[in-house]
Amino acid sequence: MSAVRLLVGTRKGAFILTSEAKRERWQIAGPFFGGWEIYHVKGSPADPNRLYASQSSSWFGQQIQRSNDGGENWAPTGNKFAYDGALETDQWYDGTQHPWEFKRVWHLEPSLTDPDAVYAGVEDAALFRTINGGQQWHELPGLRSAKGHLWQPGAGGMGLHTILLDPTNPSRMFIAISAAGAFRTDDAGQSWNPINQGLKSPFQLPDPAAEVGHCVHRIALHPSRPRVLFMQKHWDVMRSDNAGESWYEISGNLPTDFGFPIDVHAHEPETIYVVPVKSDSEHFPPEGKLRVYRSKTGGNEWEPLTKGLPQRDCYVNVLRDAMAVDTLDPCGVYFGTTGGQVYASASAGDRWAAIVRDLPAVLSVEAQALP
Amino acid sequence: MIRVVLPYHLRVLAGVQGELQLAVAGDVTQRSVLDALEAAYPVLRGAIRDYATQGRRPLLRFFACQQDISYEPPNAPLPDAVANGAEPLLIIGALAGG
Repeated sequence: MSAVRLLVGTRKGAFILTSEAKRERWQIAGPFFGGWEIYHVKGSPADPNRLYASQSSSWFGQQIQRSNDGGENWAPTGNKFAYDGALETDQWYDGTQHPWEFKRVWHLEPSLTDPDAVYAGVEDAALFRTINGGQQWHELPGLRSAKGHLWQPGAGGMGLHTILLDPTNPSRMFIAISAAGAFRTDDAGQSWNPINQGLKSPFQLPDPAAEVGHCVHRIALHPSRPRVLFMQKHWDVMRSDNAGESWYEISGNLPTDFGFPIDVHAHEPETIYVVPVKSDSEHFPPEGKLRVYRSKTGGNEWEPLTKGLPQRDCYVNVLRDAMAVDTLDPCGVYFGTTGGQVYASASAGDRWAAIVRDLPAVLSVEAQALP
Repeated sequence: MIRVVLPYHLRVLAGVQGELQLAVAGDVTQRSVLDALEAAYPVLRGAIRDYATQGRRPLLRFFACQQDISYEPPNAPLPDAVANGAEPLLIIGALAGG
């Protein structure tokens, strides 16, 4: 690998950050789609120059942009996300049933093998797929049959924000929804089951161990061990060793177990990263110290990573899709903040430096290692 | 020809500059003008009218001849001055504070 490309979505446009493999000098291109919210930009594993971007606006709705040349040029593709209609309501804030309404695409997950195939996680929560490069999108409605009438939006909306594809089993994938929980399919999206056993959400759900309704913020896996899942829940960092059949807590010695992102080292399946924030109403680092926490033991034992990160007067947040790793050696770790900084570590988290400090609030970061 | 003025972000999205001119067959109404606009610029589908309801997106307004005609029925005739090209139909994005 000779270069790294970061795809950064922000509140007011997308940015592409590129570097040589040492990850010392970065070029910044953008904004692309200035003025629009870019919830997510992601490249195809099968063709790294094929990029997809979710571009949305409260005024003008949803667009999906596609690039075939690594982000030099973009063109809008299909933007019609029509629910299948088999299930028509979820549970609204007041407890009444509320019609599903499309608001935006939160997350785009290209197929591992086909650059024209992409999954889209949307708000109100549902999963869509294209098999023709984004021209048409079709819902996989079986997901909403998994107790969708009991799902309800959290304060941030009812978004399907995480899509994990099992590299060893094309029929299996995992998704997560705020605030419904985690779900798994073993038949390529036809049918789904909640996988929330072991999650506990006291003060959030009347039954803290309910089958659905948990506010899962993010789940992650290492491609070599897709049965092992890591989760940052609203509160609690969790782990499953059986593809989500059951979960147990691994928050251990974290200063707080509230947070949004979680990610796994590219070469060490037991090394994971989180960014704790103080609480559900104080979305900033404890004590004003921006610290990534790393566990090399698959959880429970965590070490703060602080070198190069602000250790006073820092009150930014790191959102759920705003952390990524690259596949170089040493593993690169990246995250973006609501203050507009994008931090990079070319040493698996030992040392950090800001690539850029003054972007709009960062919504998402993805990393690509390029040949 | 019917004259249409798009807000900045929709001009960028459609790849156009300045005012548009559209040929509209039959009665000149909100619906027929927007149908012609979307036929000429398919990227605007879903950006002005909601895909599911075909209703105006809530943060957009339609102005013509110094009047807010956003709440006129979609099939109501637009003012004569718009229909004969003397005045444009303005598609306006709501103000955002900050």
